Parts: sequence; C-alpha cells; structure tokens
Amino acid sequence: MNESINIEDVDSGKIISEPMKIGYSRGLAEAGRKNENVVAVSSDVAGSTGTEAFAKEFPERFIEVGVAEQNLVTVGSGLAAMGKMPFVAAYGAFSPGRNWEQIRTTICLNDRPVKIVGTHVGLSDAPDGATHQMLEDIALMRVLPNMTVIAPCDSIEAAKATIALANYNHPAYMRIARDDTPIITTPKTAFQIGKAYVWAEGKDITIISTGRMTYHALQAAEKLYKDGIDLEVIHCPTIKPLDAVTILHSVKKTGLVITAEEAQINGGLGGVVSELLGEEHPVPIKRIGMRDHFGESGSPEELFEHFGLTANHICLAAHEMISKYKKEEK
Amino acid sequence: MSTKFSLEELELKANDIRQDIIKMLECAGSGHSAGPLGLADIFSALYFDVLKHNPAKPNWNQRDILLLSNGHCAPVLYATMAHAGYFDKKELLTLRKFNSRLQGHPERQRLPGLENTSGPLGCGLSQACGMALAMRMNKDKFRWIYVVMGDGEQDEGNIWEGAMLASKYKISNIICISDRNNIQIDGPTETVMPLEDLHAKWESFGWYVIEVDGNNIEAVIDACAMAKAVVEKPVMIIAHTVPGKGVDFMEYDFHWHGVPPNHEEAIKALHELRTLQGKIRSEHE
Repeated sequence: MNESINIEDVDSGKIISEPMKIGYSRGLAEAGRKNENVVAVSSDVAGSTGTEAFAKEFPERFIEVGVAEQNLVTVGSGLAAMGKMPFVAAYGAFSPGRNWEQIRTTICLNDRPVKIVGTHVGLSDAPDGATHQMLEDIALMRVLPNMTVIAPCDSIEAAKATIALANYNHPAYMRIARDDTPIITTPKTAFQIGKAYVWAEGKDITIISTGRMTYHALQAAEKLYKDGIDLEVIHCPTIKPLDAVTILHSVKKTGLVITAEEAQINGGLGGVVSELLGEEHPVPIKRIGMRDHFGESGSPEELFEHFGLTANHICLAAHEMISKYKKEEK
Repeated sequence: MSTKFSLEELELKANDIRQDIIKMLECAGSGHSAGPLGLADIFSALYFDVLKHNPAKPNWNQRDILLLSNGHCAPVLYATMAHAGYFDKKELLTLRKFNSRLQGHPERQRLPGLENTSGPLGCGLSQACGMALAMRMNKDKFRWIYVVMGDGEQDEGNIWEGAMLASKYKISNIICISDRNNIQIDGPTETVMPLEDLHAKWESFGWYVIEVDGNNIEAVIDACAMAKAVVEKPVMIIAHTVPGKGVDFMEYDFHWHGVPPNHEEAIKALHELRTLQGKIRSEHE
C-alpha cells in the first residue's frame, strides 16, 4: 500500500469522514488569500456548495446571480475575460446540467479559465432522488475540447485540487459529493492535474477508480488479497486528460481491468478507459458504475447496494474476471 | 479614434459597409443578410464615433468593449472592423472559407479585436456583466461596455437572467443596443414569440430605456451620449431598424434573415446601394 494514504483507518473502519465541500471551501479561501484574482460566483447555493466562507472573507469578490445557472457560467466567462479566476459552484445537476451550451461556447471554445464546480454529484444527494443525483456530468464535460475534468476522492484532495485549479489557466470542471466522505488522503498525498496514482500495487487485476469509489476500491483490494487476488488500485482524480502512461503501464502487467465510478459508465471513466485500451492495449474490462439508469431516493448505503457500487460488488467482479480469464493460472 | 467624422462621412461609411456585406455574403454562398444590413448605421456610429478604441492596438487596456451577442450578424462586424483598420478589406472575401479568421460566427481567438465568441444566442449580456463586475473589482479606469443584441434573441431566458443581474449590481457602464428589426428566422417576432411591450419589459427589470431610429446615425450617436449620462442603471437602447436596409427587395422581408444574395441579386443590391436606391447616379453605371 502507498504510504501517503490513510489505508490503516480504511481497514479498521475508524476512518474520519467529512463532506468534500469543506475541502473545496478551505481550498477556495486559501487560493483567494494567495491570489486576489480568485473570485466566486453562486446561484443561490453558496451555503450548500461550500462557497459561503469565501463570500464572508472576500465579500467584494463574491457575486450572487440568483437561481440562474446559464447566467452563472456566462458571468464567469466575462469575469475571466478581464483577468479573473472565477470559481462557479452549483449542484452538478444544474451546472453543468442545465448550461452545457454556454459552457461550450463562452468558456471552452473561448478558452476562458472558468472553474466549474458541480456539487451533490453521483448518488450523494441520496434522499433528493433522481432529479438531483448528477450522474452524467463526466460524460457531458469530458467531450468538450479545452475542458479538464477532476473528481477528487475526499475533502483533502478536493482542497488540493481547488488550489491547483486556481493556478490553471484553462477551463476545468470539478465534481464533488455532498455527504460525509471517508478521508483517505493526507496533506502529504500527491495531487497533480493530469496524474493518476498507484495506491496499491498488485499483479492480477488493475482497478482504476475515481472520486469516492477509490475508497471502495481500496476496501475491495484488502478483501481480495485475503482471497488470493492481488488487485492494483489506481486512483484517477483527473478523468481528462487521462494519465495514459500510468494506466497502460499497469494494464500491461495485469492484463485485466475494472473501472469504478459514481457516475454513468457510458461516457464516464469506464468509457474513457475503454477508449484508451481499445486503441492502445485491448484487454477484458469490467465497468462498475451506473449502467444506464437514473438514481432514486434512499440512503447512500441503500443506493450503493442497489446499484452495485460497493466494495463487495468490486470483489465479485474481480472473482468473475479471474475465473473467466485467468483460471488456468490460478 | 481621434478623427471626428462628419455625419455625411459616417453615412457614406455605412453605405460602403453595406456594399461589403453584400460582396462577402455572395462570395461565401451562405450567411445572414437582413440583420447585418440593418445594423450598418449602428456599427458605423459605434466604430467611427462612439467607441474608444485603437485598431492598431486591439488589446489596449483602456478601450471600450463591444460584444456582439447575435453572432450571426458577424458580416457587419467584420466589414466595419476592416473599414476601421483592424485588417485589410481584401480579407473580407474569406468570410466562412476554410482557414479564414472570419469564421461564420465570431471566434474571439481567431481575430484580434473580437471580444467574445458568439452565435448561440442570449449570452452577450451576461458576459458583459462579468466583465463589468471584474472591472469594478480591479478598480479599473472607467470603460464602457456595449452589447449589440438581436430582438428575436430576447426569447432566450439567459438574456433576462443577465438583465436582472445588471440591474441588481447597478452596472451603469453597460449600454445595450437592441436591433429591433421585428423579424427572426421563422417570421415576424410578434408571430413567433411576441416581445412587446419590450420597452416596459426592460424598464420593469430596472433598466433605463431609450428608443431610437437605428438607421439614423445621428440619433444613434445622441442616444449613446444620453446613455452615458445615466447613473446607477444599465441602459437599453431599443434601436428600431429596417431589416435588409438599403436593398429594396430585402427590406422588411424575414425570408432574408438567414440567406445570402446570389450573383444576380448581389449585382442588383450593389446597384441599389451605389445609387441610394435610384436617388443618385453611380459611376459604376
């Protein structure tokens, strides 16, 4: 296991959790203190997205546009045109859910460094139901030229990603979950835009996971090790541009791949990795994530169980792949 | 621009711009005719009188900003920019061609002097708001931001989101000019989606509204001067224009919204423009 991550606590179940917006909030305020051009825009969701602390510390650098997500990003584009580094945060279902074309034309084609933060993504807005559970955002954002897509795994990484994005002069989208998320990284854990990280070395199967699913992948790796399956865990916080070097290096070793994401596998990380491997190094792949379904109301645990996103589901997929493709060897 | 042009000179420039629009569109074989022709007087007023700008230094940090929100009217913007000296007029005939800086709809990064990328409608005003708020935060020297938008474009909700924001933040350095030509691609605006009472709409959103004959250059210049005297409020100039202005068979006809003239129509149109619709004799006769 990689020493810079908090895997001991994952094993023991004593892990501390907090919402990623706390990390975003810390990162934004820190970026704001370092760079006076960092500004924030909100569409009536400053409290629930973590923008509030910045707004209180820098009221003159905060803009409230009301419940108007098209305005949110186009105002962001205008701010960036005059040298600002705008962070525009809203529920992912509404931004980039509602304002995709404005993002395409006024931010991506225009190459303005607006930072779009989608909160409450995946199944994390569990009780609110399908309308609020943003599962298509990775697919929507990754197809846009000039766009970078980031999905941190916990609040510490969300803070690091926010600070990195404040120094990044192109458009980017960052997705963060709503509810308490286990903290598996430490202040020392490496984070760089465009890099994937091998957090557990293994030889039998590579699992490439993003966002909160990395926690489940690490749990699965522990369980599988006891079953005699050696899982290599790659945490992939940058979905675009994909770190093809790290992924291909691992896949050439293991020959089997699982992807895991709290999003639609169609066009999501599963799609991204399949496209890479299809062109560069075709191997069997199993995609864990939402399989062309909408979510529904419930608790996060119930939804993860129902839609097949738990560590147990990852273990099952790994066993199936081993028995199907590597039985003779085992 | 330091040179002040006479009204007659500005009118001649508008006529030259119209002729270039016809030539560009005929050569391109596609594009929008009615809006650009109708806007030629407004653009002549803006680029040769109203705007503080320097074609030799398109990124001059004290320039006024002009955002074309209805990007399909690009031909009038390009033709006016060429006349103002941003680039050689010869380049106008590359409109919509492969490798041209004059894309079918304006792309900021392709051509120095463009302030935004537009085409999909309804986004200009909000970008202007962002720019104005950034200038305020930067404590920049006061600069004006002009937004030219279509009337059909005002069906877009994004426009009204921007209208509320500009009013909320009392952004008084935004001057919007609505090209009120009463047509959009599928027909008259009042048939497709009624906009009236447009004046009352903007006023009720907290804007100061001026109505003007948008084909009268002097009136447009006066309206912009008046807009600059309004404090605490953004200003909307509803500029009533004739779509296809200057070319008899195009005027008022919504079918010319989104099509170019063919060769014969272009010859006819150029003749009309050169003779001011038969009022004077042209040296090209």
